Amino acid sequence: MSIKVRYFASLREKMGRVEESLAPEGIDTVADIWKVVDEGQPLPEHILCAVNMEYADPATPVRDGDEVAFFPPVTGG
Amino acid sequence: MIELRDAPFEPYAELVRYQAQTLGQTGKYGATCAFVGTMRDFNEGDAVRAMTLEHYAGMTERHLERIVTEAGRRWDFLDVLLIHRIGEIFPDQPIVLVAVWSSHRGAAFDACRYVMEELKHRAPFWKKEVLANGERWVEKNTQGY
Repeated sequence: MSIKVRYFASLREKMGRVEESLAPEGIDTVADIWKVVDEGQPLPEHILCAVNMEYADPATPVRDGDEVAFFPPVTGG
Repeated sequence: MIELRDAPFEPYAELVRYQAQTLGQTGKYGATCAFVGTMRDFNEGDAVRAMTLEHYAGMTERHLERIVTEAGRRWDFLDVLLIHRIGEIFPDQPIVLVAVWSSHRGAAFDACRYVMEELKHRAPFWKKEVLANGERWVEKNTQGY
């Protein structure tokens, strides 16, 4: 299995990719994922995250098979 | 009923059709409050030619459902119709319709406002504007209800 990571809106453009798969080894939290995908950088304060389509925070645990998403502030309506 | 649409819709025709064909409850509702959000041709001092609305399929629907359920715990209403556009939108086209039917006006007004404010605050949609000299993402979120 693996952890699916998705990006939306301006963050998707900045990352230059829509999604990717990560091996779950060494990943315990959302913050751990960000370190892997952004070369050790901390998660920017304004970026939101979700685990399995529920809002989460950097400390939220992540397990093999989860879908984790990162995105900028939402602007619907 | 909650629906995402990838093509233009006519909110007033939707209201009439929903009330006539789907709502039922004839004689039970005394109040209907409807909010229509329409695309402007300006934002932050710039002319806007078009806009793209991105969403997170699955999470967006789940959060819209939840917002309506929460409103139902706070106010006593009969039904909600919520239609939100995704995809490419042009000025003067409707973006969102929120309509609430209830026995009395207080619940309709308040639940409609709640759904709309919470939608803007936390439903995963993102707007990208097309200006005369390029594109830009809208980045400003608003506080909820």
